[in-house]
Amino acid sequence: MRTTVYVPGDAAALALGADAVADAITATAAACGIELRLVRNGSRGMVWLEPLVEVVTPQGRIAYGPVTVDVVGSLFAANCFAGGEHPLRLGPTEAIPWLARQTRLVTRRVGVVDPRSLTDYVARGGGEGLRRARAMAPAAIVQAIADSGLRGRGGAAFPAGIKWRTVHDATAAQKYVVCNADEGDSGTFSDRMLMEGDPFCLLEGMVIAGRAVGADRGYIYVRSEYPHAIAALDAALAAAGDFLGDFHVEVRKGAGSYVCGEETALLESLEGRRGIVRSKPPLPAIEGLFGQPTLIHNVITLASVPDILAAGAAAHRDLGSGRSRGTLPFQLAGNIRHGGLVEVPFGLTLRELLYDFGGGSRSGRPLRAVQVGGPLGAYLPESQFDTPLDYEAFAAIGAGLGHGGIVAFDDTVDMAKQARYAMKFCAIESCGKCTPCRIGSTRGVEVIDRIRAGDRTQIELLEDLCETMVQGSACAMGSMTPIPVMSALHHFPEDFA
Amino acid sequence: MDTTAILSRILDAHRDQPGALLPVLHEVQEAFGFIPPETVPAIAKALNLSRAEVHGVISYYHHFRQEPAGRHVVRVCCAEACQAVGGEALAEHARTRLAGSEVTLEPVYCLGLCACGPALQVDETHLHAAMTPAKFDALVARLESEG
Repeated sequence: MRTTVYVPGDAAALALGADAVADAITATAAACGIELRLVRNGSRGMVWLEPLVEVVTPQGRIAYGPVTVDVVGSLFAANCFAGGEHPLRLGPTEAIPWLARQTRLVTRRVGVVDPRSLTDYVARGGGEGLRRARAMAPAAIVQAIADSGLRGRGGAAFPAGIKWRTVHDATAAQKYVVCNADEGDSGTFSDRMLMEGDPFCLLEGMVIAGRAVGADRGYIYVRSEYPHAIAALDAALAAAGDFLGDFHVEVRKGAGSYVCGEETALLESLEGRRGIVRSKPPLPAIEGLFGQPTLIHNVITLASVPDILAAGAAAHRDLGSGRSRGTLPFQLAGNIRHGGLVEVPFGLTLRELLYDFGGGSRSGRPLRAVQVGGPLGAYLPESQFDTPLDYEAFAAIGAGLGHGGIVAFDDTVDMAKQARYAMKFCAIESCGKCTPCRIGSTRGVEVIDRIRAGDRTQIELLEDLCETMVQGSACAMGSMTPIPVMSALHHFPEDFA
Repeated sequence: MDTTAILSRILDAHRDQPGALLPVLHEVQEAFGFIPPETVPAIAKALNLSRAEVHGVISYYHHFRQEPAGRHVVRVCCAEACQAVGGEALAEHARTRLAGSEVTLEPVYCLGLCACGPALQVDETHLHAAMTPAKFDALVARLESEG
């Protein structure tokens, strides 16, 4: 019988040499006369172990990693393709503590299934949510989403049920479901991993959403920096057959504009224009894509839908803390020893994530600052590491969870430089519609440069400027850039001396 | 096929697609390596837009090029997660190494490889993580010798 071997085709695994490892395994197997079935799965999310090779044995999947081309020969010599001992052997994958301690719901199949196989998807529970949804009235599906307590995972954490009801209640000949896959925040990659590792799950979520709100067309807007995610979605669509029913999905490629992650700028881009934010109201749920009612959600939000329908709203609602229900796939990034994807219920502390999962800094030096929630998120000092990871607890300290990206910095970081970068990034990416963002960001860089040159009188000016940007900007780009800037200034004043 | 023929094939394929401008521009750039200025009037006409609107979109998005790039394009991530593990030093090294090279260097703000930085991308689909200046030099030497 042929042994099945998994070598991830996830972008992070590829960046760490997975293609060469896959080629070496295929070539060595052929040379040894061993028959293998090689599957290119997504990543399990233990990025420091990539490329993580898994071998299917009667005892389950056995993991080896990180595998390099140089050790492939020794894996064969040690009979690893029957689960043999080897210095890189990690044991049964599911028993690796880092993975075993997680609550994988939305990412349950990522790294497990063959992302190109609908059969594999269905064999692992895929399609059950849609099957149930097809037996339900649209209003009942909307109610299930509302009951689950699901909130938008893109960053704003808006209650999904309210959005769904608004689009459901709107009257129009054509409605749309739009998936925001413009995951531009540094430190985030859960959307990418889901699209590459379990694309059918996203498609299923969109079909259910379409049925609930009365839309038969959907768009997935993927950033151009994610070519492998686009390829995975295209392959899944080609293999989907009648799985989608009469729902039509089109994958659209972004073009390198961070602001297009803002929902109205994204809609402008989909319509073929510059990605400039629209004034709200009207809300996209009333007047969205091509002026029609549009349900627009982040990848993880839509991918959470099948499981909510399959397992029931209560299963989702009963996890989490406070008004943050369910799980969030956090992403541990930057200067962290064990970085990757950690899906856990809301409520763990940042410290547990950084040390129990992350293992502290990669450099071995003390962690000094952590940016949570992307380039518009706050920099937190060690004294705030015990904050529970839930939306309200973070809001209470002037921070946000955003899309769950956590970027760690060790004690070599210069926080005035990070504040400068936040303004610089805003200057590069501002869409130009409103003055506080377009001009304020450039003035912000200049003011921080003067502070760094020793002029402390400019600190008051920086605070004023940030206040203007917060109050006067049209969208989160300009109004939230002051969050990393001011948190750096408040928590690390010594770096601005 | 000449420019006109390739362009009309692309435009014909997208004529009835709602919001077709970005998909068209992507295909034009894939075909020519950049968006030749002489294609703009035809794109505008086919999609019932003004030339200014098409130009405005091309110049707005970082991804679209108005001039050809070098033989290869290396995009080094300059965002926070890579900064936390030496991304700036790598970008600085890359600037020095690629001065005068036929390999084009560009910044990119996140490739989604944030747990294994510093990261970079070569010609859109080839990714490299956990980069060091030494690995960078080996990579560039390979790219430059490929021709």
